[in-house]
Amino acid sequence: MSVNGQSAPGPKEPTRAATPPAAKGTGTPAAGSGTDLAAGAAAGPAASQLPQVRRAVIVGGNRIPFARTGGAYTKSSNQDMLTAALDGLIARFGLQDERIGEVAAGAVLKHSRDFNLTREAVLGSALSAETPAYDLQQACATGLETVLGLANKIKLGQIDSAIAGGVDSASDAPIAVSEGLREVLLDLNRAKTLPQRLQVLSRLRPKDLTPDAPNTGEPRTGLSMGEHQALTTAQWKITREAQDELAFNSHRNLAAAYDAGFFDDLLTPYRGLTRDSNLRADTSLEKLATLKPVFGKSLGSAATMTAGNSTPLTDGASTVLLASEEWADAHDLPKLATVVDGEAAAVDFVHGKDGLLMAPAFAVPRLLARNGLSLEDIDFFEIHEAFAGTVLSTLAAWEDEEFGRTRLGLDGAFGSIDRTRLNVHGSSLAAGHPFAATGGRIVASLAKMLHAKDRVDGRPARGLISICAAGGQGVVAILEAH
Amino acid sequence: MTDKYTQFVSRAPGRDIARKLGLPQPVVLRRHKPGQPLITEPVLVQGTGTGADELAATLLAWDLDVRRHAVPKEKLGAIILVLDELARPEDLARPVLTAATSLRDLAPNARVITVSRAASDSADPAAAAARQGVDGLVRSLAKELRAGATANGILLAGGAGTTSPSTLGALRFFLSGRSAFVDGQFLTVSSAEGQLPADAEKPLAGKVAVVTGAARGIGAAIARTLRRDGATVVVVDIPAAGDHLAAVANEVHGTALQLDITREDAGERIIEHAVERHGRLDIVIHNAGITRDKLLANMDQSRWDSVIAVNIAAQLRINEALLASEHFRNSPRIVSVASTSGIAGNRGQTNYAASKGGVMGMVRATAPLLGVHGGSINAVAPGFIETEMTAKIPFATREIARRLNSLQQGGKPGDVAEAIVFLASDAAGGVSGEVLRVCGQNLVGA
Repeated sequence: MSVNGQSAPGPKEPTRAATPPAAKGTGTPAAGSGTDLAAGAAAGPAASQLPQVRRAVIVGGNRIPFARTGGAYTKSSNQDMLTAALDGLIARFGLQDERIGEVAAGAVLKHSRDFNLTREAVLGSALSAETPAYDLQQACATGLETVLGLANKIKLGQIDSAIAGGVDSASDAPIAVSEGLREVLLDLNRAKTLPQRLQVLSRLRPKDLTPDAPNTGEPRTGLSMGEHQALTTAQWKITREAQDELAFNSHRNLAAAYDAGFFDDLLTPYRGLTRDSNLRADTSLEKLATLKPVFGKSLGSAATMTAGNSTPLTDGASTVLLASEEWADAHDLPKLATVVDGEAAAVDFVHGKDGLLMAPAFAVPRLLARNGLSLEDIDFFEIHEAFAGTVLSTLAAWEDEEFGRTRLGLDGAFGSIDRTRLNVHGSSLAAGHPFAATGGRIVASLAKMLHAKDRVDGRPARGLISICAAGGQGVVAILEAH
Repeated sequence: MTDKYTQFVSRAPGRDIARKLGLPQPVVLRRHKPGQPLITEPVLVQGTGTGADELAATLLAWDLDVRRHAVPKEKLGAIILVLDELARPEDLARPVLTAATSLRDLAPNARVITVSRAASDSADPAAAAARQGVDGLVRSLAKELRAGATANGILLAGGAGTTSPSTLGALRFFLSGRSAFVDGQFLTVSSAEGQLPADAEKPLAGKVAVVTGAARGIGAAIARTLRRDGATVVVVDIPAAGDHLAAVANEVHGTALQLDITREDAGERIIEHAVERHGRLDIVIHNAGITRDKLLANMDQSRWDSVIAVNIAAQLRINEALLASEHFRNSPRIVSVASTSGIAGNRGQTNYAASKGGVMGMVRATAPLLGVHGGSINAVAPGFIETEMTAKIPFATREIARRLNSLQQGGKPGDVAEAIVFLASDAAGGVSGEVLRVCGQNLVGA
């Protein structure tokens, strides 16, 4: 596993700088693959041949407070939490017995019995039982991907309303039997006679009885997400101080948002919890500085990632109500923001070409180029804080001339962002990160912020969401004030 | 849920044991259920004037079994004593003593209702004496009645007559199971305003109502009753109670608004939510309240301030916003929850009683301001109500508090809700600035 995956030009290195996109569309196919920005931009003119699409608006959202694993929601299942988040949304917007076009949600840590998790949650909620639902899973990008997929259906006129969401419980995580025991049990079921059964049972070994618990390790590298990020953090020379400062701002901003009542119409308490239990309103840079590194210890003095600047395992659920403008109007519901566009990217972290969580560094430039935008055109940045190092590595990559030229195919650095626009009401370091629920948390909060900001220089306020995910993936999106 | 003792004494052998030992004998009260007739047994209308005749004719039109003279041994559902022409105290004797001969024929859960004129409206000492006499009469009679029967009075003031809309509205309320826990009380009808509903089952059809403190207890019961009577309901409570609030909202098919009512802009937020989501705002129920009990000698600033802030200051501020809003001009109705503590006082509740006394003062002074728009504002003062809060009172204290009223039992949150929802209806439009107690005629401070 190499730490300098970014520096080695890959086989798909673009040969020229990206040309400005010719059309601003919402459905332009992202041609090419991997990190090829030029190919995506070149496909721009095809947009004019796309059918007319209508707007998909964000009406609002609801989530339950996020709880540190082993805390308030220890005994709550994914279905319990998703149902609670749905019911809060239904209560806020008066959706009782409403047949919603479609509900999509998912969980990263999922029991096999929960194959129809979202539909079961719908059936347990106050929605009409005639509301269809499906499960989706794209690791930590699950929540954002449900928003994008459902928004696209609304844009195409396939549905008029939708609820996107996500839920995760690391407390109530599935534990599977070992592969050995599983094979024996399945063969036992197929065996017809007593001698056959005994023969199958004789294959059982004591080690087969050890259960198979889930872990956050990447199957292809065996490294945990934190260890992966530690390599990336070190590669981009992100300091401990910078990470601690980002974590401190996250706690401070989230606490201020709670105090200002920002979450009064975004959150419904659950199981006695009224705020995210990971939030430390009284934390300080000094306190954060005392924590010992927990990831990248093999790096010695370069180890900078602590429990303070990494997100803890968290339980929680979130939902977002999406609609066509007509549906929202007919139901006298607010229209906070529109879902403009989204983009997914993936990196080859397995061979060390890029860091595990660096896909958004490629997805964002592609998305902005397709929409004829630059970083200066964004009023709010919501960059998911898987680790403080993830956010800072991504920003460092964008500010890096070499990265811009060789990996993004630009003339120079992609650019830097105005830090005062970054995660202004806190993010995952403070709120916690129940994997699939993070997308919904961010979309609903950003939509509310954009609605409040309304317009900037005569155009709708604009926000960018960036979420990294396991498997070297990333999903990003642009929202605009309605 | 009826308390266990009431269940025990409501049938043999518990009934016999209680009777022999001279223990309280509460009965299961008749409470309103949708589709239920107003009253099943015959109604005796006593009184000889034109007011009585007109009233009897109206009751006949309601398909009630009306009697102008008692039939011996016939069980009666109600006696309506029309005393609107009293001129001197001596005038009481004949109608009252005639009615007295029928008291033993009252069915369980029967009603005695007087209709008389308000003493405050008369400058003539003899007439005022006669009118005020009705007050003492009804309150004493209420204490004599048994088996869930109640006695209440309607006072006519201003331009109100025996068949004014709100006189009839109040009469329907007192006759029905909606007034189960209202006993020994008077309701003043001060104008000919108001309108009886087209559909008695859905008196609030088309109305949009907001109720604060709706996450649990009495507030949740108010939300359910508003919904049952046809209103679209917005339920409000502090964000920390949002999970219970969401459950209530989903139950009543309304919308949940998580809002701290002590916020400066709470009134504007309530109006905005109701108008944007539901197109209008007709009814606001100020139910949210807190207790921070302490003897005054041990009282601290925060206990005092928080109770005043939530229980009365917030209501005043919200009312200011409502009165200033062009969206609250079409027969607007406000009902506040006061408390018998605010009337009779309660040890350890100086702060609470001050706030609830404040509610009653506020209601009286706000009535003319809302009257300009054909609106009304009233308060309901609950006595001992069986809620999660009173369930925490130690057993012996609770048992005494619960039995110390004429009905010998605690009320239900729904009983308070019924009174509030009645006062929020157009049928009560001629009632304003009043306080109605829902206390089963609490013996303390009555």
